[in-house]
Amino acid sequence: MRQRVKVQGGESAGRTGGKGVFAAFVKKEFRHVVRDKRTMLIVLAMPVVQIILFGFALSSEIRNVNVAVLAPHYDEQVRRIVERMDASEYFTVTGMLTSDKDVDMAFRDGSADMILAFGGGFDEVYTVEGTEIQLIADATNTNTATTMVMYATNIISNSLTDGQQEMKAGIVPDIRMLYNPQMKSSYGFVPGVMGLIIILICAMMTSVSIVREKEQGTMELLLVSPMRPIMIIISKMVPYLVLSFIDFLMIVLLSVTVLDVPMAGSFGALCVLALLYIIVALSLGLLISTKVESQMAAMLGSGMVLMVPSMFFSGMIFPVESMPLFFQWLSKILPPSWFITGVKKLMIEGLPAMYVAKETLILTVMAVVLIAASLKNFKYRLE
Amino acid sequence: MREEHVIEAEGLTKMFGTFTAVDHITFDVKKGEIFGFLGANGAGKTTAMRMLCGLSKPTAGRATVAGCDIVREPERVKRNIGYMSQKFSLYEDLQVWENIRLFGGIYGVAEREMAQKTDDMLRRLGIYGEKNTPVKRLPLGWKQKLAFSVAIFHEPKVVFLDEPTGGVDPRARRQFWEMIYEAADRGITVFVTTHYMDEAEYCDRVSIMVDGRIDALDSPGGLKRQFGVGSMDEVFYKLAREAKRGE
Amino acid sequence: MTLRYLLEKEFKQFFRNPFLPKLVLAFPVLIMLVIPWIMTMDIKNIGVTVVNHDSGGAAERLIRKIETSEYFILNGVEHDYEEALTALEYAKTDAIVEIPADFDRRLTTEGSAPVQVSINAVNDMKGALGANYLGALCNEFSRETLGGAVGQGGAAAAPKIEIVTQNRYNPYLDYKMFMIPALMVIVLLLLGGFLPALNIVGEKEKGTIEQINITPVSKFTFIFAKLIPYWVMGLLVLSVCMLLAWLVYGLAPQGNVGIIYLFSVLFILAVSGFGLIVSNYSDTMQQAMFVMFFFMLIFMLMSGLLTPLRSMPDWAQYMTVINPPRYYIEMMRMVYLKGGMLADLQTQLWALVAIDAVLGTWAVLSYRKRE
Repeated sequence: MRQRVKVQGGESAGRTGGKGVFAAFVKKEFRHVVRDKRTMLIVLAMPVVQIILFGFALSSEIRNVNVAVLAPHYDEQVRRIVERMDASEYFTVTGMLTSDKDVDMAFRDGSADMILAFGGGFDEVYTVEGTEIQLIADATNTNTATTMVMYATNIISNSLTDGQQEMKAGIVPDIRMLYNPQMKSSYGFVPGVMGLIIILICAMMTSVSIVREKEQGTMELLLVSPMRPIMIIISKMVPYLVLSFIDFLMIVLLSVTVLDVPMAGSFGALCVLALLYIIVALSLGLLISTKVESQMAAMLGSGMVLMVPSMFFSGMIFPVESMPLFFQWLSKILPPSWFITGVKKLMIEGLPAMYVAKETLILTVMAVVLIAASLKNFKYRLE
Repeated sequence: MREEHVIEAEGLTKMFGTFTAVDHITFDVKKGEIFGFLGANGAGKTTAMRMLCGLSKPTAGRATVAGCDIVREPERVKRNIGYMSQKFSLYEDLQVWENIRLFGGIYGVAEREMAQKTDDMLRRLGIYGEKNTPVKRLPLGWKQKLAFSVAIFHEPKVVFLDEPTGGVDPRARRQFWEMIYEAADRGITVFVTTHYMDEAEYCDRVSIMVDGRIDALDSPGGLKRQFGVGSMDEVFYKLAREAKRGE
Repeated sequence: MTLRYLLEKEFKQFFRNPFLPKLVLAFPVLIMLVIPWIMTMDIKNIGVTVVNHDSGGAAERLIRKIETSEYFILNGVEHDYEEALTALEYAKTDAIVEIPADFDRRLTTEGSAPVQVSINAVNDMKGALGANYLGALCNEFSRETLGGAVGQGGAAAAPKIEIVTQNRYNPYLDYKMFMIPALMVIVLLLLGGFLPALNIVGEKEKGTIEQINITPVSKFTFIFAKLIPYWVMGLLVLSVCMLLAWLVYGLAPQGNVGIIYLFSVLFILAVSGFGLIVSNYSDTMQQAMFVMFFFMLIFMLMSGLLTPLRSMPDWAQYMTVINPPRYYIEMMRMVYLKGGMLADLQTQLWALVAIDAVLGTWAVLSYRKRE
């Protein structure tokens, strides 16, 4: 195969390499990729399984919070509050505690996430000086704790004022949830998972395939061919670009059909953005491949090490706005942050393409910088 | 019979899907013999050898190696054999003595004998000075010598060598065969594949595989007489011409 | 006895690798030093743009109230909704509060006035919290402005019931404390999973596995020799992480450290065993890496490490029953934050033991010495 390519390119084409040679190289790379059936299967099936799994399963909504009640007397008022709690979609009342000592037990064996403790003399509340209701929350997860306390407070206040004559007073906020009226978690997660999967697959595939040729010594063979190094590199990236783009299309399709994520904006613009992002990710893999010597280093570097920042800094799980300023800046140099923002704008908010001009521009700059850096490294190694 | 024949194969067959790599081969190898296993690339030599070593399960047929059944008790076979694969397969990132120690240890060479035996062997090979060299820095000829020594370090009954001299110069090949003779003198049966016909002349008996079958089996002299030619080269060409499998 | 020689080999190879020792040292340290700072779900600083159609004093007071709230940042006051919406579309603000023209008048004459609130809810958490904070802010505002009037309208004997919150186990509501144990789990999961996954298949690619397969070494010994280094590595890495958590963040386990180590031994066996299984079935390192990557994401995201298990739909919760990190993180949080004892952790313990039994056996059986 290689022999034939060399002859075709021949001396006439010189180091530039004609179109035919390039096509032959791309074909060769495609064959390489397609031959490894198991990797192909994983690369194509992974996004499907993951988007479905995570789209449904990843959520930080509060539901099924177990509540135990600690009350000295189980009177009318207590009963009403407890019933209200139980009726709410967030809380399930799981049991009654009799003494303070049970509190820790209930938290540890998982039978309660929050305890509703009524003060003494609750039933005489209307006549005596008052009492208190204590919300004891298992605050190991502070995030859930804050939210469940907030919900519980609302329910209790409503229940307390219930008996009195309600008077509509003050400001009545009429709240509209823009872009996500049903408050679906998947709207937030889908762009994140998309950004994560694409960058990792692309970076891993490119870096590994190039380093493997280095390790096996076949890179030398390619480099003595009449093709320019950049063309060799590009021909290696084309199959992965195609595969990743198929992945992207499948993710979008599944998100829209299965997860009911809207495709509100321009699909064309989204494709352009994704293509750019894929190129950035492939270039990143290329850069990694010029820096490492072994397949193992390439894989762990592009898979494991890259996974952590892509997951934590891109706003997929933790909101970037809440991070300390330094880390907000750090997140700005990561390609997934920009891609994810862009996808949210185009898919979910349905904004016109011009709204992602900034993201597009930044991703373009990133691609150029990464490719330039890796070519420089690559040449340096050849000399 | 058992005592005399270290290897006995009967109708040994290996199929990969519909492709028959090894097609009902039957032969035996006597104790202390140097048995040459010849054939063109793709004739099925390596596959046959891997079955005898317990690395590959036969599709049909039976065979015993050192009195152990290769189908039912492959792990017992392994206790009695040494093997040197076509591709160098010692640990490149370990030093010379560390490789010897590892495999010596696996075969149960006692800890207190280990150092002495290692030194003896390295001296015999003439690479004692490279004891602490990482294997990846050895030249190919030395790597092959080392691989052979590791294969016979635990004094196996049979040693299987898969194209042991591929890619080295004639002098190194010559030296390698001296090592083989030395091992045979110590009573180790040698089963060796090769496609160098001059090497075939060094063997006590030779079998020639064509398209997965053994088409000829005799001493080099006997084969030349049988085919009425003057060299093993010609014997091989006569047989190989009929081969249907390409590379 | 053979085990000893195999172990010598594994450790020598590990330390001679130009990349692995550095990775195993740097990866946990970097993660422990950097990631906790960004692990916050506290949604503060929600950007609000007000569209004010009223010139009255009440509107001004409401704007001032938003401006001084700790949850909100006032991004400006516009007179045109379109302007504000553009700002929201460009992600310059998160919510729009629109005050109608007759706000002041209605508030004084009718005692009530509507306010239009629009929140970007692409991130549902943020949307919900923003809505809640704004609701609370409006209530407070109403009480302040009309306080007396509303109270009297109710009943003379308004119940003096106070709702008090007590946050157990994490009184300062520091989310870091909740997430640091999770980070340790992630570090152990990634290192303990990826490294073995590349190990055996690496020997296959190099051809060295042939020379091992030809020896009479038992499958169990071989796999066991592969596992032990990961135990050693894992426990060392864990110790480094725990030390850093204590030195840098002042987080020390409330419960018995012995429990953590006991569970860690079980957990490493599960993930490294899984890695070896993948390695045994793979032909190339690339395959192993992709398969592992696929499962790692699932292990990580469906274990309760980052999102609460309880928030998942039931079918997804059932799936986590076979997910080793799930039990390990439950233990970590229980011991670290609640001071849980072994008696509280029976389910987790036996679940991990069962998973280990399956994965360990599978790892040994899936290693094939013969084709």
